Amino acid sequence: MDTNTIIIGLAGVLVAAAPLLFAVIGETISERAGVTNLSMNGTILLSAMGGFAVAVTTDSILLGFLAGAGIGAAVALIVAFSSITLKQSQVAVGFVLALVTRDLSYFLGNPFMGLEGPRLPAWDIPLLADIPIIGPLFFQHDLMTYLSYVLILLAWLWIFRTRPGLMLQGIGERPAAAFVRGANVNLLRYFYTVLGGALVGLAGPLYSLSVKAGWKGTISGLDGIGWIALSITIFGGWNPARAAFGAYLFALLQWLGLVLQPSMPGVPSQVLQVAPFPLMILTLLLVNIGDAEWVGRTLAAMPEGARRFFTKLLRAMRASPPAALGVPFESD
Amino acid sequence: MMKNSRLANIGFQLAALVLALLFTTLILVATGAPPLEAYKNIILGSVSSLDKISNVLVTWVPLLLASAGLLITFSAGLWNIGMEGQITLGAIGTTWALRLMQDSSLPPALVIVLSILAGMVMGALWASLAGALKTFGGVNEIFGGLGLNFVATALTLWLIFGPWKRPGVGSMSGTEPFPEALWLPMFPDSRLSPWALVLAVVAIVIVYFMLQGTYFGLRLKAVGKNFRAAYMLGIPTWQYMMISFMLCGALAGAAGAVQVTAVYHRLIPSISSGYGYLGLLVAMLVNYQAAWAAPVALFFAALNIGSIQLPIILKLDSSLSGVLQGMLVLFVLMVEGVRQRLMRRS
Repeated sequence: MDTNTIIIGLAGVLVAAAPLLFAVIGETISERAGVTNLSMNGTILLSAMGGFAVAVTTDSILLGFLAGAGIGAAVALIVAFSSITLKQSQVAVGFVLALVTRDLSYFLGNPFMGLEGPRLPAWDIPLLADIPIIGPLFFQHDLMTYLSYVLILLAWLWIFRTRPGLMLQGIGERPAAAFVRGANVNLLRYFYTVLGGALVGLAGPLYSLSVKAGWKGTISGLDGIGWIALSITIFGGWNPARAAFGAYLFALLQWLGLVLQPSMPGVPSQVLQVAPFPLMILTLLLVNIGDAEWVGRTLAAMPEGARRFFTKLLRAMRASPPAALGVPFESD
Repeated sequence: MMKNSRLANIGFQLAALVLALLFTTLILVATGAPPLEAYKNIILGSVSSLDKISNVLVTWVPLLLASAGLLITFSAGLWNIGMEGQITLGAIGTTWALRLMQDSSLPPALVIVLSILAGMVMGALWASLAGALKTFGGVNEIFGGLGLNFVATALTLWLIFGPWKRPGVGSMSGTEPFPEALWLPMFPDSRLSPWALVLAVVAIVIVYFMLQGTYFGLRLKAVGKNFRAAYMLGIPTWQYMMISFMLCGALAGAAGAVQVTAVYHRLIPSISSGYGYLGLLVAMLVNYQAAWAAPVALFFAALNIGSIQLPIILKLDSSLSGVLQGMLVLFVLMVEGVRQRLMRRS
């Protein structure tokens, strides 16, 4: 493989990871506030279909993306209402919505199957695009890919470097303490859940209008992406920067699978397509296993050097969810 | 008073049903489809002929087996989303056993029984993977299960296109069908086997009595209701969780085994047909009451079969049944939330 092919490939990885970034960071924000939106897999499908349908009908890419964000926000609002106001299980509501929105996308998307739709145009950033290597790698893509870079930075700064961000951490970790400090916990949870949902909803049109352009019903190849995004959120330890790393790593591995396929003729393509899933289980295992009791015992029985190495490794991998994730809050 | 609240409960459930129907009607109107015509086709498509009724029952069997299994894991407070994969592995186990024994001199009846048992064992083993990830690795069973579902699908495809491919080239139509001697005996001119029906009914009855009337069921519920307290009381919690995963997996495996021995007579790519996910909806809808699982599963099976008419007659996608089923569960959850809110107020 020559340098040029690698640069084109890696540039493709950045583009392919962009929708995942929107989804993962949206979910990170919502979970930071204490609400798991488990509906993501269906939400991405429905917003992909809805965004595509709107863009085809109105011939406007912008409206397509707005529709996607609106659908994501609407589904998130149902999750928020059911869990915050009605105090039902977030897992139950989210799982049901994941199935309903998926079926809904297939039902409503039927008339739009296989239509030719508009595509998000490429837009080279002046000057930056001309820099050798860096230019083709980062700055010869489309607006949404650039926004995905900005989103990582913004989300990170917001959560860890601003006062409202501190409050966001508070309502997810210690809602009672945040309440005493004057936060309207439930209203903020509504806000961040819907905001996170809107970001997840942008991932849909980013697929159907760019990365995997078009709507092909059950064979659109989008079913499953939301579940991966949920795992990446956990892998990311509810930190936008680490989550972004996870999304890029995932896209990179998918690309490698594609590149390496011809050199492994014995392995059917269907197997390589699902290779990310065992990987996902493995990463979740690495993130969580440090907390297991038997691991502690095994570590204690190890020789000094090995123990230090493994303890460090597990501590680096470990991620703990916001303490009040999934727990309803009552002010009285 | 008691009677009143029971009446009120039924009222709330009915309200959820009406809301779900209202939602799907709005969806139909929005797409310009005639709602009444669509509902009529779904109803007629499920009951208008003996053939259709038997198809509903063919769907009911695996769905009821899946729901019965999920009632066990739900009782233990577990979200066994890996059900789809467990059904798939059950089908793979059964296919494997049938392939091993089809040329042997064993009597066909014995081969069928052993193959179904093989499917149940494989389902239980696959479920124990999700259970082990949960108990020893701290991986939430939702994500472990989902990942394993996709792995199971890949495994099926690999078998169909690889080691078990048809003479010539492998295809999406599945493996080579088994000889008729190795099919579960059917009612004439149908894919419905009385043995499969018996299997499903026995399974739900056993699960009902296990959860209602045994010490095991009681302790399992204690684990599900309050894990810490159960642990303090000396219930071996992780063992109970593993057992419930494996029992559920065995029933999932039975569903997969029925799909192979009675319905398709071979391994096909999407052998689990979404019954695992649908079973989760059934279990949630009956609010974990085993007695209601059979009628609700029957209703869902009828919706699935009835909606097959939609693309044929009205050029609509058959996923409408999924929308109606899902919205029904969603509204039941929301209505329950409203009821609890009202009760807190009063």
